[in-house]
Amino acid sequence: MTILNNNLTNLYSFSQESPDKLTIHFKDRLDVSNASPLTKEFNTLLRTHKPDSLVIDLDKLIYLDDYGVSVLVGLKKAMGNRRGNFSLANISEQVNEILTMHRFNELGQQPTSVLKTSQNFFTNLGSSTFNIGSEVRFMLMFLGDTCFSLLTFLRHPGSLRFNDTVENMKRVGLDALPIVGLISFLLGLIMAFMSSVQLQQFGANIYVASLVSISMTRELGPIMTAIIVAGRSGSSFAAEIGTMKISEEVDALSTMNINPNFFLVLPRMFAAFLVMPVLTLFSDLFAIAGGLLVGVTMLDLTVSGYTNQTINSLTLFDVFWGVFKSGIFAILISWTGCLKGFQVRGGAAGVGKATTSAVVTSIFLIVMSDSLLVVILRYWNG
Amino acid sequence: MINKPVKEKKVAIKVMDMVAGYEDDVILNHINFEVYEGEIFVILGGSGCGKTTLLKHLIGLNRPMDGNIIISGIDITDNKGDNLQQVLRECGILFQSGALFSSMTVAENVALPIQEHTDLPASSIGNIVKMKLAQVSLTGYENHLPSEISGGMRKRAGLARAMALNPKILFFDEPSAGLDPVTSAELDQLIIRLNRSYGTTMVIVTHELPSIFSVAHRVIMLDKRVKKIIAEGSPQYLRDNSQNPFVRQFFNREIESEL
Repeated sequence: MTILNNNLTNLYSFSQESPDKLTIHFKDRLDVSNASPLTKEFNTLLRTHKPDSLVIDLDKLIYLDDYGVSVLVGLKKAMGNRRGNFSLANISEQVNEILTMHRFNELGQQPTSVLKTSQNFFTNLGSSTFNIGSEVRFMLMFLGDTCFSLLTFLRHPGSLRFNDTVENMKRVGLDALPIVGLISFLLGLIMAFMSSVQLQQFGANIYVASLVSISMTRELGPIMTAIIVAGRSGSSFAAEIGTMKISEEVDALSTMNINPNFFLVLPRMFAAFLVMPVLTLFSDLFAIAGGLLVGVTMLDLTVSGYTNQTINSLTLFDVFWGVFKSGIFAILISWTGCLKGFQVRGGAAGVGKATTSAVVTSIFLIVMSDSLLVVILRYWNG
Repeated sequence: MINKPVKEKKVAIKVMDMVAGYEDDVILNHINFEVYEGEIFVILGGSGCGKTTLLKHLIGLNRPMDGNIIISGIDITDNKGDNLQQVLRECGILFQSGALFSSMTVAENVALPIQEHTDLPASSIGNIVKMKLAQVSLTGYENHLPSEISGGMRKRAGLARAMALNPKILFFDEPSAGLDPVTSAELDQLIIRLNRSYGTTMVIVTHELPSIFSVAHRVIMLDKRVKKIIAEGSPQYLRDNSQNPFVRQFFNREIESEL
């Protein structure tokens, strides 16, 4: 009894000699073009017929490739699973050659999944612990390297890459000015607007000026600037150095007896350290201008009244404190960015991870150090 | 219909009157050639002659300024990419440094095109990946990341990925660049073996002489001064019989001033 299949008739037919013996006759080609429909077909075939023994007749097969071999392996495995017999019949010399080349006999026996091997919990725990350990070690070494570079700079100030530093100052500072300005201006505007709703009830419109200026210069100005710089420049340091690392440019520096840390990290840290305080001052100014706009247009304040109130409520210490903090943030951001860049391993994915990690770590360090400074200042002043 | 010879070679790739270049800079000027099915075809020439540019045009990464490229009877230059997609499914490309995805293991790299373009079950894909890696002698490196294996292995893994869907045409961009002579010779043998067992058409861009003599059935040579093909034929023939001094120089590794 021969039953022909409707869809793939010209590729195979099968016959059932006895209830538990099934023979599949292949014709023409068994290759990449028909492997997946045939695999599905045979799954249903085996499910419906449930044979105890399966014979594959390769007599009329003209072309077989590795996809075809995988179909045969699938059949062999399926029969193995139901403890049935599997055999090939009429193997021509060419077919045999291909089967041997692909080690058909070994293929069914070993576990086939080579993709996504999941490891057990303890292995993962152990390896992440080791990873954290080596990361901390690397961080300390990098910190040491940076200190050493700084000492080298103090002994030979002329050896710093001056042009690189200036170029980085432009990238970190000047190029960031528009976005820092815009965000600070809007922030000042929002603060003034929101606080005026409350202060108006007490007729205390003029204190909008104090609120905007003090909160911006002491806290929000430095923090907003730092977050923008972390997003713009911290990430770019990590990506740039990371790419240099994987394309062996960092190794090239070392072999030329140039300290990569001194060459790459110091110019970036100096640049950030020099321009971030200036950016912060601009941020303060723009925010005050934003507040001024709200004050003049909505709160019936005069320009001179607003500016006088701003000047009176600010002390020089407030401004310096903000600038001092931004200097600390600059060091944290640029150092973290460079560190993450130097930690990159592997390829493109590593650079992506390092960039994300640089920004997240920087922002965390900014907020963390800011809180610390607030506490220190509180106790210092008594 | 009547007068055609019985055993006619089928054309796999036909380049007709193609002009290629970047913006205003013409690199290849009105070139014509054909690649036949099942042959190993080598594009060669000195540095900067437009070998890689030509390859990029053949695989549709760049569009020619003028002329047509016909692959398996389909013109890939005529409309906006529909034909190209169809043709690319039958092509495999081995990039110069392998271009493996660094976030995936070797096995995952090879499995990717199979997963994307077929609906085979995972166990079959696993088997095929194993067979592919065995063909390039990388059994046992399934779970390594590309950064953990050597340059030659990366190239072989790239080849396994290029062959994942059993393409009719394989393109190679400088397959032996950066490999040691032994590894490079092994790769040549692999190319010849694959060509024999699957009848795959191979287009290879290279300037490695030993490699050219061992694998090439036919070569074309480009020259940047005339921006054209200056020689076509088997490498042995060109080395001994070419009328063009530059071609002879190239095949005999001579310096220009010596002539």
